[in-house]
Amino acid sequence: MSLNVSNLTVHHGAICAVNQVSLAVPTGKLAAIIGANGAGKTTLLRALSGLNKPTSGVVNWMGQTITGVKPEKLVRLGISHVSEGKSVIPELTVKENLELGAIWRKNSKEMKESLDQVVTIFPRLGERISQRSDTLSGGERQMLAIGRAIMSKPKLLLLDEPSLGLAPLVVEQIFQTIRDLTTEMRLTVLLVEQNAMGALKIADLGIVLNLGKVVAVNHAQALIEDPAVRAAYLGY
Amino acid sequence: MHKAKKESTHLPLFILGGVVLYFLSGMVDELRVYQGATIAVYVIAISSIILLTGYSGQVSLGHGALMAVGAYAAAVLRIEFNLPIILCFVAAVLAAAIGGALLGAAAARLSGPYLAGTTLALAIGLPSLANQFAILGGEQGLLFDVGFPPLALGEEFTQYKWFFWIAALAALISMWVIRNLLNSAYGRAWRAGRGNEVAAQLAGINTARSKVLAFTISAGIAGLAGALLAMTIGTVSPSAFPLALSFSLLTGAVLSGITTLGGVIIGAVVLVAIPEIADVVAHRLGSSESVTTNLPGLIVSGLLILTVLFVPNGPVEQHRARKAKHAAQHTSSKKKDKH
Amino acid sequence: MQLLNTLLIGITAGSIYALMAIAFVLVWRSTRVVNFAQAGMALLSTYFGYEAVSRIGSFWVALPVAMIGGALFAALVELILMRLLVKHASSGPIAGVAPIIATLGLLGVIRSVISMIWGGQDLRIVAPISNNGFTINGSTLVFSPLKLLVLVVVAVLLILLTILFQKTNLGLALRASAHAPEIARLSGVRVDSVRTLGWALAGAAGAVAGLFQTVNGNGNFSPDSIEFSLLLVSGFIAAVIGGLDSLLGAVLGGLFLGITISFVLMYVSSGLFFIAPFIILLIVLFIRPQGIIGVKAGRRA
Repeated sequence: MSLNVSNLTVHHGAICAVNQVSLAVPTGKLAAIIGANGAGKTTLLRALSGLNKPTSGVVNWMGQTITGVKPEKLVRLGISHVSEGKSVIPELTVKENLELGAIWRKNSKEMKESLDQVVTIFPRLGERISQRSDTLSGGERQMLAIGRAIMSKPKLLLLDEPSLGLAPLVVEQIFQTIRDLTTEMRLTVLLVEQNAMGALKIADLGIVLNLGKVVAVNHAQALIEDPAVRAAYLGY
Repeated sequence: MHKAKKESTHLPLFILGGVVLYFLSGMVDELRVYQGATIAVYVIAISSIILLTGYSGQVSLGHGALMAVGAYAAAVLRIEFNLPIILCFVAAVLAAAIGGALLGAAAARLSGPYLAGTTLALAIGLPSLANQFAILGGEQGLLFDVGFPPLALGEEFTQYKWFFWIAALAALISMWVIRNLLNSAYGRAWRAGRGNEVAAQLAGINTARSKVLAFTISAGIAGLAGALLAMTIGTVSPSAFPLALSFSLLTGAVLSGITTLGGVIIGAVVLVAIPEIADVVAHRLGSSESVTTNLPGLIVSGLLILTVLFVPNGPVEQHRARKAKHAAQHTSSKKKDKH
Repeated sequence: MQLLNTLLIGITAGSIYALMAIAFVLVWRSTRVVNFAQAGMALLSTYFGYEAVSRIGSFWVALPVAMIGGALFAALVELILMRLLVKHASSGPIAGVAPIIATLGLLGVIRSVISMIWGGQDLRIVAPISNNGFTINGSTLVFSPLKLLVLVVVAVLLILLTILFQKTNLGLALRASAHAPEIARLSGVRVDSVRTLGWALAGAAGAVAGLFQTVNGNGNFSPDSIEFSLLLVSGFIAAVIGGLDSLLGAVLGGLFLGITISFVLMYVSSGLFFIAPFIILLIVLFIRPQGIIGVKAGRRA
């Protein structure tokens, strides 16, 4: 198990957003975290990437305890978080946004290689490489955000609602790309999504969160077939 | 239909305050009475900042200049036309208010540091204008004489006591007016605009007009304070309104609690007390002249930094927030027990 | 002839304002704060320079000493003051005004401490090269080798800083940290350290401004000298005119302000010296609220 979370609790002021959550994700697998709005999914990711400080609990990555470690340090341990919403810096160009992901590595040759790699995965970004990022469409921005995360050569990828606000066709593309990346780059991925069906379809593992607690953990396919899950999150 | 409870105007409270001050002034020595007058002036000036910055969210570093406008208006009218003193004060308010309206109109599109910087430029530039126009008396300034206390008050009634009464009365009236303004629809509009301007506009508030109004009223009040300050000093000159004055007002407002009108007295007292305390401290330490001259400034500035860092919303607000936090934690721990 | 002289005076004064404006823009671009204590720091750096000149006797040594001293002091301020500010005063009605108030307080503290240590009297730094005007065809221009030096230094600094910001990884980190600190963090940028660097650069730029302001005048300076109040205001106004986000804008804004004031003083009235910056600022903000190079968005901080 590369990612191990034990009894993690995170507060927003007086409100308990994540309540004694425990989960384990094996190396190289894609875990989908689904649940209603306000279930604590985003807060969970933010606690894992170091943006929010947990109240209690332990997070272990590759055998190392990383609870409460700052995001800048976690990136160097191979953890990349693509946060919800505008995860792209509009004032910078596409190239600059991508380079941002790799500057901590301080190796210009590696940066160039990673840049070529990302452009191969997302050719649209290559076409717009010198443009300011605020000229990109929603789907392109999401690709850019994921591309930037890839630039830091992560081993654990945390994705927060990448499908939000995107057209269905684009959503399909993004999900497929995420699946391909997980397999080809042997990433461990935590995918938080409101689009439960789309996420479960590409996932190996599914975790259902409700009001800050884990209410179900199973193989993704099993959850898709589970009547309770279907009724609550898959709409049929 | 349930009607919102009408907030009382607190008039009895202010009248009571006036009576208390009357008795106090009889009991202390001349120096304290004079300081009392200065404190009253600061109370008025600081409350103008609380209105503008605390409630309407606009930072002004130029209120010293607005005070100067009021002071000069009062002095000029007194000298040129020998108007009764109360009309001079009214003129001070109006003149400064007009200045405030112009400044506010120009500033309506600015916020944050842009506004601060613009008013800063005004604070440095405006007082120097006095040197340009002969009627304003140049560097030495103009005399401002409010006259002797009326004989009806008796032989014993000193000039300083008269200053104190005028200033204190003005302070009570201003505070009463401001308190009621802040509690009124205007005050609510200011707070709404400060928090989220777009949301306020969507709620139907004309935020630009509201902001200009805040500036105008705040300036008028500052003008009154300026005229009163001139009264206590006896003259009006550019050197009475340096940049440091604008900073002191901001300091006083932060010390009082930038949104707490009730805390004004804290800020005002601190501002008047600092030079004295600094003096005592410096003499105790037996320090050199350069230390003694600069210690008050150092303490005021240092206090400003410390306050904005550790008691940013003022002592009253801090206390309230702490109480609310305790209450929330108490309830949530009660909930935990239920599980 | 008078026209040329007025222009030259304006350009020189303007380039010093530009240096100050660069300092403001550097701090703004890296931490989104306007540092009202900037001129106070410049003043302090000038005193450092003075100490260096007194002991070593060379202005050319004093310049780097002042720059390093200014940079270190600025970094110290960021490490202590600004981080405390972010920690304690980020919410409530005070949040918008807290950095403004804190930096103003700092300005007062710096001035008081300087007065306490060095006293309030005028001190002197002598210019390293001649401030006597060039002569052309027998008449003397206001322009001198010293003034030329100022222009050259400003131009060099501008070029170096622009290269830093636009072409280097460090510059990218600085810009990212200013626009979107959270995203920068998630990308592995040590945002806190980067911000401190931004302040250090600003401190160095301010030091140069302070030194040149002193030697360009009569060489005298003191804690209360009006030149430094003007430097504060003019530097800020120049930065705002230029659009607060752009280094080139800062320089253009500084030159514009310097030249305009020079012409106003010469052809309208010299008494307007103190109020002119304010009026110019109002006019510019009225006509072009986003500044010369600024991008159109509301003038919200």
